[in-house]
Amino acid sequence: MIKYLIKRILWMIPMLIGISLISFFIMHLAPGDITSSEASFNPKASEESRQKLRELYNLDKPVIVQYGLWLKRIVSLDFGNSFASHQRPVLWQTKDKNGNIIKGLIQESLPITLLINLIGIFLIFSISIILGTISAVKQNSIVDRSITFFIFVAFAIPGFWLALLLMYWTGVMNQWLPISGLHSLDYKSFSQVGQFFDLLKHLILPVSISMLSGLAGISLYVRNGMLDVLHQDFITTARSKGLKEKNIIFTHALKNAILPLITIIGLSIPGLIGGSVIAESIFAIPGMGKLFYDSVLMRDFPVIMGILTIGSVLTLIGTLIADIGYAWADPRIRKGLVK
Amino acid sequence: MSIFKGNPLTLIGFIIITIILFIAVFASVLSPYDPNYIDINSILLPPSFEHLMGTDGLGRDVLSRMLYGARISLFVGFVAVGIATLIGIVLGSIAGFYGGWVDSIIMRLVDIMLSIPTFFLILAVIAFLTPSIWNIMIVIGLTSWMGVTRLVRAEFLSLRQRDFVLASIVMGTSNRKVITKHLLPNSLTPIIVSSVLGIASAVLIESGLSFLGLGVQAPTASWGNILTDGKEYIQFAWWLSLFPGLAILITVLGYNLLGEGLRDVLDPKNK
Repeated sequence: MIKYLIKRILWMIPMLIGISLISFFIMHLAPGDITSSEASFNPKASEESRQKLRELYNLDKPVIVQYGLWLKRIVSLDFGNSFASHQRPVLWQTKDKNGNIIKGLIQESLPITLLINLIGIFLIFSISIILGTISAVKQNSIVDRSITFFIFVAFAIPGFWLALLLMYWTGVMNQWLPISGLHSLDYKSFSQVGQFFDLLKHLILPVSISMLSGLAGISLYVRNGMLDVLHQDFITTARSKGLKEKNIIFTHALKNAILPLITIIGLSIPGLIGGSVIAESIFAIPGMGKLFYDSVLMRDFPVIMGILTIGSVLTLIGTLIADIGYAWADPRIRKGLVK
Repeated sequence: MSIFKGNPLTLIGFIIITIILFIAVFASVLSPYDPNYIDINSILLPPSFEHLMGTDGLGRDVLSRMLYGARISLFVGFVAVGIATLIGIVLGSIAGFYGGWVDSIIMRLVDIMLSIPTFFLILAVIAFLTPSIWNIMIVIGLTSWMGVTRLVRAEFLSLRQRDFVLASIVMGTSNRKVITKHLLPNSLTPIIVSSVLGIASAVLIESGLSFLGLGVQAPTASWGNILTDGKEYIQFAWWLSLFPGLAILITVLGYNLLGEGLRDVLDPKNK
């Protein structure tokens, strides 16, 4: 197990280098040099900030040197300052001349995106196991068909459209739920418990939207996995031993069917993080997705590069946790019987 | 046809896609109005016999814009998936056939691409280029070839061990011929299935980008950018939001049903 862990963690190094190469390559996609396109699209860019940009990316040096210097800064977690929002640091807080702390853009927005996605992953995990199991156990029944129908529709429905409809229905027509931001205007006057419920209320719509397609995919996965397991020999053996059907499904079949889910959820992280762009920009939630969208509109390159890198690192960490979880959950790997 | 026997959902998918193909091809004949004709005397009219899906904030006929939007979404879907499939076949073939360090490098590249959040990657590229229909298609294509690559590689790895392939290699057939005459034709089924499913996700991505204003640019109509207007006017013009959303939903559903159906029918495990 420890050998596996070390191997798995070392494995991230070439991945990180590859990701940094691709991010760097994208930055060089801009026609001409990014200072000129930056200047032509962003009215806020002055000659001074262009000069800063040139220094930041060492644009006067050969490409390989540029990459090396950029990588060196990334490794020391220096992502530079944003153009658009008054030179705020991209990643982490710094102190200005007067000793005031200026928070980093990612530092402020990342926890919000993480919160939404962690709630989403938790709900996807629990609901999809229930839906998938019911669907598989009652194969071809009306319940199964309705669940499968729901899965196909949830797969096909454009999240931003559903978001618009829900906003209109629950926010404009009925005013059941708040439709933008994370807090009510007067939330500071609430008690701690009140603030918590206020936050929860604001999270219902964005979380539902961002988890929908993941929920559909993973429910289908659980259903198919359960169907596979239910046709295997050891289930037939359990049945012929006269075990109760409930026992067979919950202790024998389900365990085997949901084991691969750990990996699948790990693989769905990039989709979830990327998907937060749409949910967050529609519901005006100040998370990393909205920050990214705003930066793309403003062509705020340091922020774009920072989020691209941090988003990928998060994905790597997510899959690492998933792989470790899988290795821990599967006794064959835990005891070192198979690689 | 035997494909649809006992598989009504696949048939539904096939019919949906056929209708949409028809609409896309004959959009110019079917449209009652010029999709870009601005008429300030008929702004935000609700659906009526004159304008079956109403008019938008500039008085343009929504039905005509929807029909032309079908063309855009189909076009983007096919070209983007074409690019992705082509890259996937080339890289997957090389990896699966030659193995060794070439295989390792290609598969590591796949892993790396898969760990960058796709939507971030697409948006980042769009930020450095300019949003246009061509850039959208290329970017979606360049960011979605990883699945096909893995698929083709896996098929090749298992086919390479089969007797007819070994025999043909022993007889001195050139590598290129073994790949194009034996391996590729036998891997076609999963490639087709994943392409059909790929079109579905390309349509969703395009509409999402257009909705965010980073995809197909006005005045060209796309279902995504009609919805952007729909968001503006959601309180007084429901028809601007309802129809394009339904169109995307039905189209994506059609491709998914067709793709999943084909997988079931063509997969020998299910026979």
